[in-house]
Formats: sequence, structure tokens, C-alpha cells
Amino acid sequence: MHVVRIEVGLKPGLPDPRGAALCARLQAAGLTGLTGVEGRDLYLLGGPALADADVARLVERLLVDPVEQQVVQGGGDHRVEIAPLPGVTDSAGEHLLDAAHALGVSALAYAGAGRAWVLRGAVDVEHLTRIAAELLGNPVVEAIRVDAPVPVPFALGQPVDATVEVEAIRALDADGLLALGARRRLALNGAELSAIQAHYRRLDRDPTDAELEMLAQTWSEHCVHKTFKARIHLTEAGRPPEIVDGLFNQYIKAATVKADSPWLRSVFVDNAGVVAFDDQLDVAFKVETHNHPSAIDPFGGANTGVGGVIRDVMGVSARPIACTDVLCFGPADTDAAHLPAGVLHPARVAEGVIAGVGDYGNKMGIPTVNGAILYDPDYRANPLVFCGCLGVAPRGSHPRAPQVGDRVIVIGGHTGRDGLRGATFSSMEMGADTAAVAGSSVQIGHPIHQKQVLEVVVEARDLGLYTAITDCGAGGLSSAVGEMAAELGAAVELRHVPLKYAGLRPWEIWLSEAQERMVLAVPPAHVDALRRLCRRHGVSIADLGHFTGDGRLDLRYDGAPVVDLSMAFLHDGIPRREMTATWTPPAWPTSPPESADLAADLLALLASPDIASKEAVVRTYDHEVQGGTVVRPFVGVDHHGPSDAAVLRPFGADDAHHRAVALSNGINPHYGRLDPYAMAWAAVDEAFRNAVAVGADPRQVALLDNFCWGNPQRPETLGALTLAARGCHDAAVALQAAYISGKDSLNNEFLGEDGERHAIPGTLLISALGLVPDLRRAVTMDAKAAGDVVYVVGETRAETGGSAWARLRGGGGPVPAPNPGALALFSALHAAIAAGLVRACHDCSEGGLAVALAEVALAGGLGLDVDVRRAPGAATLPPGVALFAESSSRFVVAVAPADAAAFEAALADHPCAALGAVTAASTVRMAVDGGTLAWDLGDLARAFGGGG
Amino acid sequence: MLKRPPALVLQAPGSNRDLAAARALTLAGAAPTLLTVGELVEAPERLADFRFLLLPGGFSFGDDLGAGRLWAATLRDRLAEPLARFVEAGRPILGICNGFQALVKLGLLPGRRALFEAEVTLTHNASGQFACRPVFLTPEPGTRSIFCRALTAPIVCPVAHGEGRLAASPATLAALEAEGLVALRYARADGGPVAWPDNPNGSPGHIAGLCNPAGNILGLMPHPEDHVLPTQHPGYLRGASGHSGLPLFQAGVAHALQLD
Repeated sequence: MHVVRIEVGLKPGLPDPRGAALCARLQAAGLTGLTGVEGRDLYLLGGPALADADVARLVERLLVDPVEQQVVQGGGDHRVEIAPLPGVTDSAGEHLLDAAHALGVSALAYAGAGRAWVLRGAVDVEHLTRIAAELLGNPVVEAIRVDAPVPVPFALGQPVDATVEVEAIRALDADGLLALGARRRLALNGAELSAIQAHYRRLDRDPTDAELEMLAQTWSEHCVHKTFKARIHLTEAGRPPEIVDGLFNQYIKAATVKADSPWLRSVFVDNAGVVAFDDQLDVAFKVETHNHPSAIDPFGGANTGVGGVIRDVMGVSARPIACTDVLCFGPADTDAAHLPAGVLHPARVAEGVIAGVGDYGNKMGIPTVNGAILYDPDYRANPLVFCGCLGVAPRGSHPRAPQVGDRVIVIGGHTGRDGLRGATFSSMEMGADTAAVAGSSVQIGHPIHQKQVLEVVVEARDLGLYTAITDCGAGGLSSAVGEMAAELGAAVELRHVPLKYAGLRPWEIWLSEAQERMVLAVPPAHVDALRRLCRRHGVSIADLGHFTGDGRLDLRYDGAPVVDLSMAFLHDGIPRREMTATWTPPAWPTSPPESADLAADLLALLASPDIASKEAVVRTYDHEVQGGTVVRPFVGVDHHGPSDAAVLRPFGADDAHHRAVALSNGINPHYGRLDPYAMAWAAVDEAFRNAVAVGADPRQVALLDNFCWGNPQRPETLGALTLAARGCHDAAVALQAAYISGKDSLNNEFLGEDGERHAIPGTLLISALGLVPDLRRAVTMDAKAAGDVVYVVGETRAETGGSAWARLRGGGGPVPAPNPGALALFSALHAAIAAGLVRACHDCSEGGLAVALAEVALAGGLGLDVDVRRAPGAATLPPGVALFAESSSRFVVAVAPADAAAFEAALADHPCAALGAVTAASTVRMAVDGGTLAWDLGDLARAFGGGG
Repeated sequence: MLKRPPALVLQAPGSNRDLAAARALTLAGAAPTLLTVGELVEAPERLADFRFLLLPGGFSFGDDLGAGRLWAATLRDRLAEPLARFVEAGRPILGICNGFQALVKLGLLPGRRALFEAEVTLTHNASGQFACRPVFLTPEPGTRSIFCRALTAPIVCPVAHGEGRLAASPATLAALEAEGLVALRYARADGGPVAWPDNPNGSPGHIAGLCNPAGNILGLMPHPEDHVLPTQHPGYLRGASGHSGLPLFQAGVAHALQLD
């Protein structure tokens, strides 16, 4: 094949910020002889008939910005070239190909886009080669070459391969079954494999490869949540044995049933939970995880995680209006020598994940408005990436009833070998060779494509063109069609699926997790109208078959059978698991941390990675697009104060009211190490009170649960999970709040080559969606005016166990205890907020009162003069404990002097006390037992960081 | 005279501030229509029906090959003639963020040379990173921009871009200043010296927006369409008000009305 390489660089003398930044990073990574780096765009153009004149036209019209760029060759002392591996999504290459054809350059048959870095100076090539794979690209998805041309990235395809293999399962013994499961990476246990074997023995035939893969996908932990459905035999130290009849049923769903909230529209049945916003609009909320893919390809994993959860919201016919993300990484300063083999450095993971999150939301035009970043050594081998999406849809506009005869339509991206077996991959633990084995499980997103698909979906919804819709996520068409046809059954012809390149076997087409696809059930009379919409937005559409009504899946390739399964067996044939759980509380110090310098401790806490400002990250996310963000991630006089929650006014909301939506989260794995039950209470309380702090009505707060845990086959791991789920139930019931959606990601473990097991701390993310009745009464956390009275609402207790202070100074103490009375307190505070009595309100969580007070001051650019001993419960506590304990259900509130009496009356039946006042001085003064601590506002702001 | 001049919000694949732009136009008194580039290519004569053209923000074609470049290439190849007539008729054209990038790469801004001949470009922020933050914009005294010359107050609104740094030769920069083609600059509310992040991308002269010599074309990196309601002021919950982006749209609509 004739391939032309074009390198485009800056004209001499122009600044190259990206090259300069990379140069500094490479020098820091040990390339001391490096004197300069120049970044270039690299284009690979292919086509049997591609002429020089064609290339010249492409260069002039598309590839070069005449003001600052030119075509260049060679130069420098060394070079690193990077291009996507064949088959990996290359959006720039695709767009270049389309644009070339639109220009009339039809001889361009293939186009790929990569980067070339030209390096100057004396560089150790071996060292460069090693760090190129770490800092410049990712060998899982990219080809990286030092001082050599990168191979062409085109996926040329292979001959059509219609092979359908049959697996002789009927004759296997128990060991043979497990060997089959391992060979195909089915991630099924012996009982599940035996159930499949028995089924085929009854049918008197053996399964096809596609049938086995489809069963493994449908029965995967990722898709069917076997652990949350299992019957659990729990043994807790000091208690009689107990049977838990399913974590989901007994704890999560039970809480929702008890809440019995009239504003719930659809919970647990769809891709996202749906609640009423007003008489006209519903809001949908979903949070997903994408942990395993993000571990091996941080950018692509996080990118497609965001893309996937956005599709979940599109899958309930809603237009996405906000994204959230909560990220857990190993410490950025981890010594690389202490990383298990096959694990990317946490700094690299964080950088890729953050870029991947921003890329998808920014490009689709969805504001990323809320989140958190946590650091802990136990996330080194297993980073966690929680991606959330909120959407709105007109009331009752989401149809969910495909009819016999409706067409099975797929729209959006073409199908390739990307993302095979992602559902089963994410249900297994990882090891040193995971990146090599599971490379094909990783995908790169194409957010522009999904934006176009979104426009089709929204217009098709408004025209009533479909009777059901779902996204293609884990398990691809197999999962999407399998679920949509669960009642009716379907006949599908795989030859109609648009492919990126030829050569996929039928099972690969069926299981591929290629991104940006949706499946719709469309009445035959509406297919043409849908085709017109797809044409308008440049989205491809294919008619794969129809819903039959016979309860079977009849899947063919070119007429030949590929799958013939009864929907009943597919969805109900999986045996329920019986699992064993144990729990023995760990031993930890009962005495609080000790410190001789509490003033220094506050500065150290503000600077600690979990508490320090995340502004440098958050400002790379567009949190303004759609124009509805009222409470932004950073607020205050100079926009550096960390918000408790986002408040959004959905685009198109009825002008007759001022209702808005609050989004918040609660998470604290440190408590969970000591007491998973108390951790769940703390996470629910934190998410809930964050929403209340900005003005949400406590009677209209809905919750989402996301559990990320280790291997539940270990009884103690499952024991901790069980207690956390119980805590979720009890806390939600106390707050009369419902769970509307949730997800679990288990097996977040990494088995090192040395046999050492790296498991995450059990991590529960609670996300909250609250309704703010009147956004004009929403409240931000920054101090507003000197003279305002500073209150603390909620009781402070000697709860320093698992606290940020204990991590800083050692020691322990009790973890924050459940507070069953929180709802009454929150309701009283909300009444005061709704009455306009509150000028500033800030959640008190990590780092305790001292950190919350400092943040209120630095956000407002104002001083404080407070006596911490006056905080409810604090009088009898040692000074450090009063300052840094992390008791739940607490707020720092600022109130105008004129409103102080009314505020105190509103909180009369609750722990609430005035501590002092906001001052015009540039100092923060906190009186404690034994004296008054004082900090310069600038020192606090510098410790907290931000401004980036 | 038309009461509500018809305005076109032209969507590329990846435009994402199109709805907000249409809302701003409606609030400013225009009657916006949204069309995709593909739809306009199929019926180029429709452009003449509109009195105002707005190229909204977003990531057209994913910003692949450079922000706005593929959008500009499409417009030049498929819509050069109707666009040229629209420009020559003096009708207002507003490019916001990605739309500004496209206008610059299309050569319609600063428009000192022949039609479709690029003279300046917008490139990677000096920080090397995408940045979303509020900015304070002052209209340049003496600007030729019909959108900005009557503005009586600075505008507070967000930026959200990774490629917003103006790049041009020193001679061109001097000409932009001398010829009144600078429309808006990044500034500070307190009037103090401007530095990063007041100027979020490192543009020389703190230039945030440019116009053509006739003044009917304006491009700017910040998003005035994201501050057209009082609740959108970043200091709204601190009691801040004013500094809306709406007058900029109103000036464009007023100009469109006056042409008829």
C-alpha cells in the first residue's frame, strides 16, 4: 500500500506550550541531557491511487494552519512517534477521511493521525524508550516508536469469517467445565457452568461459541449482580448467625419501598433512576464505574466510562445536563519501585483519567459539576473511576414496550473488535499480564459521534418514533438486544451490522462493546422517519431484524444459525449463589491523635491531598456549558471556595417556577476499614447534608449507591460489604430517602507476580440528587460579609477514628457514629435556608470544624473570630478533638446579624450555637481550651492551594 | 422593518452551545433557527433568508486537526458564495469560541485581506490546558465592532476552551490595534494589571475578541450566551448583578433590523 507520511510543525520561533511542558516532564523523569522538545502532528495517508496532487491539496486545505504551521521533516537528535494501534478508535483519522472525500479527494482510502515529538540534546535512548511508554503514550492502545517510523494505524480488515464453533460441553467433567470457562474467560463458577451443561444436555446438542459467550456476558457479575442477589450466610462476631436474603432486596430496594416517595418515577427497572422535577419534566440520574479499563488505559477507560453513563441516561430518553465524577487514586508521590509489575504509576493513571473525563463531557457539551478525588495507597493497583450523569426528559416521554413486529434498529458507531468480553473482564480480578490479555477490552470514545446520536434520540423521542430504547454498553448487542427482547424474543441477522472492518466472527460482532451505539425498537411505519433523522445528523442506522413474540433469540449470520436460545433460560437460568460472609471488627487505637501544634495541623490538613483544592483539575472540565450551573464547583469572592454541591437549573425548565436540582456525594473509605456499617451511615449523611447545605429540600433527596469492593468470595470481604449495605439501608430509612439507582463493581483486586494480593478498601459512593425549591434561595459556602454571625449546627463528639487528622498524626478513637435524628435537624436548617435566613452554609466533614471554618473564610476572603468551645458538644473535648473530629450531620453557617434571632428560633430544638463572627480582618482566629489559635488568611489559602 | 429578524444558528457536528446561543438571540429580540451545516449545504440559498448568522461554541468535528479547522474547510468549500454575499451585505455574523476559531481559520476575521485568506489563528492556551473560569471583558474604546461599540458596561461570562490564544505576526497585531479591529479585551474588575488567569489563554494584548474592518463580524472566545439571565452571574448568590452578555446580542439584532 502506498502510504504518505506528513509531519506538521510550528513555524520557527513560535511558542510551543505543549512541547515545553513535555520537555520539563521528561527532564524531571531523568532525561537530563534534553534541551528541547517540539510537538508535531503526524498524518499517515493511504490509498492505492493517491497522487501527489491529492496530498498537496489535503496539506493546503486541511492539514496545515498557514498562519503558524508548516510541513516539516526530520530535525532534532531523537524522535518519538505515536499512533493508534490498528482498530483503535481514531477520531481525527476518521474526520480527516470524511473531510478529504468532501473535498473531492476520493483517492484517500485510509487516514490515521498520530504525534511526533522531536527531541534535542543528548538523551539515553534506552531510558527514553522506557519512559516513552509511560509518559508519552500507552502501548495498550498505541504504537510507540523511538527513532523509528510508527507502523500504519489502518485496520485493513481480513476476509469475511463466518465461522461458528461448537463447544462440546455435554461430555465434560467438572474439571473440564472449569477449563472451558478459563479458556474462554467466561468468569462463571462451577454451578453456573453445570447449569449451562444441563441445559444443553436437555436440548441434546452442544452450544455455539456465540451462545456460550452470550450466556457468560448475561450471567456476568457486571450485568446480573449475582453477589447482590445471593443468599448470604453471615457470621458476625458476638452475634448469632444470620441469613441475608439478598443485599439488593433486603437492604437497597427495601429502603426505597419504605421511603414510598410520591416523586419517584422509575427506580431500578431502567438504565437510570428517574424522579419528578416538576409537572412537565423528569430527571434521570445514574452513576457507573469503569475501574478495570481505567487501570490499564486511564484515558480510554475513563473516557468510555463517562460515555457509557451518558448513554445510560440517553437510554431512558433523557437529554444529559450534568456529569459527576469521583476518582480514587494511589498517592501521586508513590515510589515507582514499590508498584507491582504491570501497574501504571498512580500519577500517570490520574493524569489520563482526568483528561479522559474532561474530554468526553467537554466535547459532548455536558457540564461536569460535582465530584471528588481521593488518594490512598490501596488504590495503586486498582484506581476507581465513578462516572455519573444527570438528564432531563418530558414527563412520560420514555416508552418501554416493544411490540411484536417492531424492527430491531441499531444506530451510531460501527462495530469492531474493540471491547470484546468487557463485561466478563470487569468481573474478574486483574494481574500482571492483564494489560496484554485484555487489551481488546479497552476502547477509546468518540464523543462527537455520541453527540450526534443524542440529537437523533431526542428528536426521535419527541416524534414518538420508537417503542423502546437501550444503550449498547457492556456486552454490546448481546446485552442490549437480549434485554430488550427478554419478553418477546427476536430474530436478528448479524450480516446487517455495520462493521469498521471485515473479518469479525459472528460471536465477536454480537459481543463487541464498540462505543456510541444505541438499540431501538421501531414500528415498521416509523423506520423511514428515523432514517431521515439519522441522515440529518450523520449517524449510521441498520435494521437488524424484528421482535418475534416467540420468546426465543434466533440469531443468524447470512441466514446460518448462530444463536438459538430461549429468553427464559438466558435471563432466569442462572442458579442463585449461596455465599458465606464473616465479620470481626478490626482492632485500632482508642485514643485520639496527639499533637503539640494544632495551628500547624490545620495547615497540614488543608494541604493534604484529599482536602486540598482540586481547582487545577476541575477547571479543565467545562462546568458552564448549557448555562444552567447556578452553584459552581468553586465559589466565593475569587471563585476558589470548594462547593458542597452543584445546583443546576435544567435548560428549558418552566419559567413559572425557580426550581433547581442539587447534586452531591458522600464517600469515606477510611471509616470503612474500621467499621463498614458506620461508613455507610457517614456516606449517606454526607451526601444528604451536602445537598441540604446548598438549599435542597430534605423531603426531596434521592440517593444512588455505588459499591466498589474486593473479591466477595472471601468471607471477610463479603462480610464488610454486607454491613455496608445494611448501613445504607438503615441510614436511608432514617432519612426517609429512596435509592433510585445503584451499581456494584466487585473483584477490584490485583494479583501481583509475586503472589501478593492488592485489594482496594471497600469503597461506597453515595450520590444524592435533591430538589432546590427556589434557586434564588440557594446558598454557597463562602463568607459574605463582615459582622455575620457564625454558627455551628450539629453535635461534635470525640469521633476522630479514621479521620484526616488521625491519618496525619496517628491515633484513633471512635469513627463517626450513625445519627438517626439527622432528618429533623436537616429539615430545621432547610426551613431557615428557605426563609432566606442563611448567608453561607458549609458542610463539615473531612478535617472537621477547623477545616470547614477555614474554607468558609478563605472562600469569602474574610476573617473569622470564633470560639470553638461553644460548638454543641465541644466544650468538654480536648482542643484538637474539638477542631478536627469528623462527627456527622454538622454545618458551619453564617447569618446576617439582623436574622440571628430568627435563625436561632428556627434551630431552637436542635444542637446549634453561635461561635463568633465573620470579620474584615485577614486573620482567622479560633479560641480553644488553653488559648486562641490564629492564622493569616493568605497562609490558609496557600496551604489549600487552588487558583489553578 | 422586521420585528424579529430571522437569525441562523449554524450547527456543525460537535456544536454544543447552540441551544444557549439560540436562547440568547431570542432574548435579544431575534427569531433563531437551527440548521446543520449539511442542511445548509443542501440548500445554500437559504442563508440569504437570514439577517443574522451565529456560529456557536462546541467542538466541531472534535477539533480534530485543530480547533475549528474542519468546520472552516467545509464552509469554504461548500458555502463560500452565499457566505461572501452575506458578509458583503453587512449582515451581522457572530462567532463564539469554536465559532470564532472557525471564522479566523476561514479568514473572515480579522478580514483585512481577500475573503477567505487567513491572517491570524487561535492556538493552544499558553497554559497548555483547557480552562473553564469566569472572565471580565471590557469593550475596546474606538472599536469598529457593531456588537461592541455601544456596550456601556463590561461583560462577565465564562471561558471554556483549550485553544484560545491569538497568534499573529507583530505587524498584524499592530494593525489590529491601529485599525480598531480589537473588540474586547480580558480585564480585571478592579482595573488592576491583567495576568493569568484574568487572561486565561495568554493572548497578546489580552485580546478576547476581534472584528472585521466593516464591523459586522465579531468573534470572541468567551461565552456571553452563558450570561444572559441574572442567575447566571457567577456572583449571583453573593448578590452580584449586571455585566450581562445580552447587550452584545441586542446590538447585533439592532444592527440587523437597521439594515432592512
